[in-house]
Amino acid sequence: MKSAVITFPGSNCDRDMHVALNKFGFKNKMVWHNDNELPKSDLVVLPGGFSYGDYLRCGSMASKSKIMQSVINFAKSGGLVMGICNGFQILVESGLVPGILLRNKYLEFICKNVFVKIDNNDNPYFKNLDKEVLELHIAHNEGNYFCTNDQLKEIEDNNQVAIYYCNDNGKTEEKFNPNGSLKNIAGIFNKEKNVLGMMPHPERMIDQSLSGEDGSLFFKNLINNIK
Amino acid sequence: MKVSAIITLKKDVLDPQGKVIHQTLDGMGFKDVNEVRQGKYFEIDVKENDPKKAQKIVEDMCNKLLANLVIENYKIIEIQ
Repeated sequence: MKSAVITFPGSNCDRDMHVALNKFGFKNKMVWHNDNELPKSDLVVLPGGFSYGDYLRCGSMASKSKIMQSVINFAKSGGLVMGICNGFQILVESGLVPGILLRNKYLEFICKNVFVKIDNNDNPYFKNLDKEVLELHIAHNEGNYFCTNDQLKEIEDNNQVAIYYCNDNGKTEEKFNPNGSLKNIAGIFNKEKNVLGMMPHPERMIDQSLSGEDGSLFFKNLINNIK
Repeated sequence: MKVSAIITLKKDVLDPQGKVIHQTLDGMGFKDVNEVRQGKYFEIDVKENDPKKAQKIVEDMCNKLLANLVIENYKIIEIQ
């Protein structure tokens, strides 16, 4: 299985993602934002970081980079595209998934482990995963998911919410919401569910001695689903 | 021509920065404030001498990059 991680100026989780993808069996290529063409890939990842210094709005500049036209075409033809953290912000700014990520409600940069509940198994990312609640890491200043009422209705009607912030038992109450995001949303799909944007970093949870291994479960399951 | 545009958050969008500014103003003794909303201001010098055309160019920029219409509105406030 082949994957590609796009590096934008200011990306800083691109190498972690590269390591994670290779560890679980992908043959990953790093792709520069100024390239025109994507290498042949089964999965394209927009990594976390601070592309273009978060100028104007997080992800807004990166969403207009040269490579993004190829990423958008790849996604529109059904290819799997995953955006993590800043990658999620780039996805919303490019219009591949609905909504936007606002400044965290309490204006703090949040860096901690959280639990997320998987809402939807009808997709290549979470299908066959035997755990419903994952412990993952978040590190962001703008993760407060927001969309219009019409968009929210469409997202819910199409079952597009991927994960919600919750506690270790999977309770999705407001008090387990770290950043004020609408309905505790931590990640969403596009309508077709081949594009996933989420704030938590699975690539930071792939080593028992460093962190935890719920990211390992995610990547192992993902590559099995694509094979 | 120099075109000035302001970008403001839509009414229903939470503005935590505006709220904190409001609280700080309140702490400083400015007690007559109902609400503070923070926005952005752009001054764009375009290579176009026709004001209508210049406005159109900047509106196009606002639609495509400068504003995110999910949460923001824009207004051209000056062309000179």
